[in-house]
Amino acid sequence: MNDAATYALRLADDALVLSQRLCWWSSRAPELEEDLALTNIALDLLGQARALLTHAGELEGAGRDEDALAYLRGEREYLNLLIVEQPNGDFAQTIARQLLFSTFQLARYEALQGGPDEVIAGVAGKAVKEVAYHRDHAMRWTLRLGDGTGESHARMQRAIDRLWPYTHEMFDGDHVDRAIGADPAGLFRDWQAFVSCVLDDAGVAIPADGWHPSGGRRGLHTEALGHMLAEMQSVARAHPGATW
Amino acid sequence: MGARGRRRVRGETRHVGRGVSPQPRNWPLWEVFVRPKRGLSHQHVGSLHAPDAELALRNARDLYTRRMEGVSVWVVPSAQISASSPDEKGAFFGPAADKAYRHPTFYDVPEEVKNL
Repeated sequence: MNDAATYALRLADDALVLSQRLCWWSSRAPELEEDLALTNIALDLLGQARALLTHAGELEGAGRDEDALAYLRGEREYLNLLIVEQPNGDFAQTIARQLLFSTFQLARYEALQGGPDEVIAGVAGKAVKEVAYHRDHAMRWTLRLGDGTGESHARMQRAIDRLWPYTHEMFDGDHVDRAIGADPAGLFRDWQAFVSCVLDDAGVAIPADGWHPSGGRRGLHTEALGHMLAEMQSVARAHPGATW
Repeated sequence: MGARGRRRVRGETRHVGRGVSPQPRNWPLWEVFVRPKRGLSHQHVGSLHAPDAELALRNARDLYTRRMEGVSVWVVPSAQISASSPDEKGAFFGPAADKAYRHPTFYDVPEEVKNL
């Protein structure tokens, strides 16, 4: 697969995998209102993923459409960041994942708005407004959980500690990013400034940097992704080409 | 919480503090008002639960403006609304029924004027 298609597929997979993760909360969130908020976010991400998957398929030129890319690729062909595939855990862990990833995703879409690829620039331009809301939602819950009760504070801290190692991978640029001219390392400063400000205000300690898991961009995933894909793809694989 | 909470994040104002339990059954009820477009007034569209005003606004956005219904949203704690009693309906509204001269029916409304 060429660099342009690979890059589009990485963006698409980040959005698709996180969308599928968030869908799980449908009917399971702490309140009906939050149920809708999380599934609204999931729908935004699915919309981004569909446009980007279609575009990746066109750039690849092998005749794969969005469905072929979403439902008929194995775990090792998925190129998403490890952080988006991490389990939902409790509500705090889902919120922590939202805060850490949405802040990154927003900065990335902002940078891509003026990029040379018109389709990606178009998707990014629309997604900036959506993801700004996702980040806002995560920020407000992080503040309330981190600065809420003893129990909610402990859970928020545990969630950030659990997910922090996976944030490093977001800023690992490689030859594909450089070929596209979109090295994510340049997004780190703004990301760090926002995230540390929110965590500080929420009374959540920023974990020490240490373990640095990576590999998602090369199809090397944690054990969490395979299970999720098996469920997501089961109908499409059991009934290939089915429509209604 | 003392030494924490040093900086404010991007216009965030805090309405919730330590000790406020996020238990769902403690979430108060809020009434939601949406202005469908500029020039019209806000209209009551429903209610929702939220732990504080900021999240109530955001829940209202997700629940009641998903299909481009509005340009502005208000949320009001339901407990803050004083309502007329159904028992007093007669005394409250009855006397207006036979006063036709209060209705501005003798004005011609131009066709171009909508939403009057």
